[in-house]
Amino acid sequence: MPKIKFIEADGKEHVVDAQEGQSVMQAAMDNLVPGIVAECGGFASCATCHGYVDEAWLTKVPPPDAAEEGMIACAYHVRPNSRLTCQLTVTPALDGLVVRLPLSQTSE
Amino acid sequence: MDERIVIVGAGQAGGELAAGLRKQGYAGRVVLLGDEPHPPYQRPPLSKGFLLGKAALTDLYLKPLATYERFDIELRLGTRVEAIDRSTCELALQDGSRLSYDKLVLATGGRARRLRLPGLESATLDNLFSVRSIADIEAMRAKFVAGNRLVLIGGGYVGLEVAAVAVQLGLRVTLLEAAPRLLARVTGPEVSSFVEQLHRERGVEFRLACEVQGLELDEARRQVRGVRVVRDGVPEQIDADLVLVGIGLVPNTELASGAGLAVDDGIVVDEYACTADPAILAIGDCANQPSAITGGRIRLESVPNAIEHARVAAATLMGKREPYAAIPWFWSDQYGLKLQMVGLSAGYDQCVTRGSAGGKEFSAFYLKDKRLLAADVVGRPAEFMAAKRLVASRAEVDVTRMGDAAVPLASLVA
Ligand SMILES: Cc1cc2nc3c(=O)[nH]c(=O)nc-3n(C[C@H](O)[C@H](O)[C@H](O)COP(=O)(O)OP(=O)(O)OC[C@H]3O[C@@H](n4cnc5c(N)ncnc54)[C@H](O)[C@@H]3O)c2cc1C
Ligand code: FES
Repeated sequence: MPKIKFIEADGKEHVVDAQEGQSVMQAAMDNLVPGIVAECGGFASCATCHGYVDEAWLTKVPPPDAAEEGMIACAYHVRPNSRLTCQLTVTPALDGLVVRLPLSQTSE
Repeated sequence: MDERIVIVGAGQAGGELAAGLRKQGYAGRVVLLGDEPHPPYQRPPLSKGFLLGKAALTDLYLKPLATYERFDIELRLGTRVEAIDRSTCELALQDGSRLSYDKLVLATGGRARRLRLPGLESATLDNLFSVRSIADIEAMRAKFVAGNRLVLIGGGYVGLEVAAVAVQLGLRVTLLEAAPRLLARVTGPEVSSFVEQLHRERGVEFRLACEVQGLELDEARRQVRGVRVVRDGVPEQIDADLVLVGIGLVPNTELASGAGLAVDDGIVVDEYACTADPAILAIGDCANQPSAITGGRIRLESVPNAIEHARVAAATLMGKREPYAAIPWFWSDQYGLKLQMVGLSAGYDQCVTRGSAGGKEFSAFYLKDKRLLAADVVGRPAEFMAAKRLVASRAEVDVTRMGDAAVPLASLVA
């Protein structure tokens, strides 16, 4: 099972076992990782599953589609490595993935 | 003995609260009671991907059963709560047993409003449906096949989503709406006509400003054969193989009112999700709360509200006080087009639009005194996110720039 490390804004780490084929967001939900809210349930409609994909992994994830790009463009606390974790599918290649979480998912 | 928090209703809000308590390190017992046979699940896909056959049952589940076990959330499914005894802090369950609580949270959601028509009271009809639960969708599946004639009563978001799925599956769809335009209560006329156009192009027939007078039943009184309507004084019968009623939701408040708690279009709570009984909270679709935005009270039916309300309740139960502060928002999905709505448009004095309805990209911004109250956005996700921030900030905006689609909306965000 690929392992994913989520790091909360305050530095608290959560290493979880993810299922292949599920989204990175769902892996966080299944393991009660604080800091991912996922209001829309994974339909790229809310940006409350926003995370920063560690630079070392950026080339291993497919680029965002137009819908994701639009949502990220005006999300809170955006950085160049911002992604919607609901749009990232867990594959064996993502074993060890590190995702940092923003300060807040819903406001400034 | 450990303190015990009991949550009634294993839906979106109840499930979120149970998880939220554990995320915050709550160490007492958490019991989550639900009368459905499923763990907490997402309802939005019921009228979208699940009905279309694109999402599996387990895709709907918010978390797998193993998660509840692992985090020591006592999830009891198929368990209906019948009454609250506030004097002993106990619940009466359907199986006759009792369960005591230290803190009780009502997250009972609501049920589909039933069609009230004379003569129908005693009939149980095999092909008359509503869309609230997995069971509802499973019941209608067999009828949801190409060629069948579907009559939808009620033109809200859920009804329109079902219409979209039905058309995609090859059903013939007629939608009946009492108001003169679609979504009249929640959106402006520009968006109503956009949505109407979207559906008409794909073959949905509408009867707007029409009054449903009755149902035509078969001889055994088991099947609906047609719906009788009147429009502009002209009667019409619309033949149907199945009829779906989507005329709103009735909050499940009976437990609260039976226990003497205040109910007024929902269980009355304060901004911390508390009822007048310090041991009892209420959250989600069933709760009526103060609104920082309108200054009045409001009951919201949406997933973001259920999640935010669960967050507020978790804080309250953890001894913190964090009032409800989120801006309401909602999304819908029709024919693969994403509609995103934020804020409450009631009382707007100006509507600014961007994009073109024909191009399937369209935003409508509702302003009052140059401040953004609400927005409806189709296929322009960046504008939705920018609008969300503008609604939250309540700042005055430059209306001319807002109306100029060449100006990125994000540049108006302070
Ligand atoms: C078809 C459909 C599409 C939707 N689409 C969207 C959308 O696109 N976007 C959006 O934001 N929202 C949407 N919603 C609304 C959203 O699903 C609800 O607002 C949300 O589920 C409310 O959560 P809740 O926990 O308050 O209630 P629910 O999720 O309804 O959960 C309440 C639970 O409590 C149970 N219960 C009630 N009484 C008892 C009792 N006495 N004992 C035990 N259990 C009890 C009920 O059976 C139910 O399982 C949609 C809803 C439907 C039905
Ligand atoms: S969960 Fe809503 S955008 Fe990812």
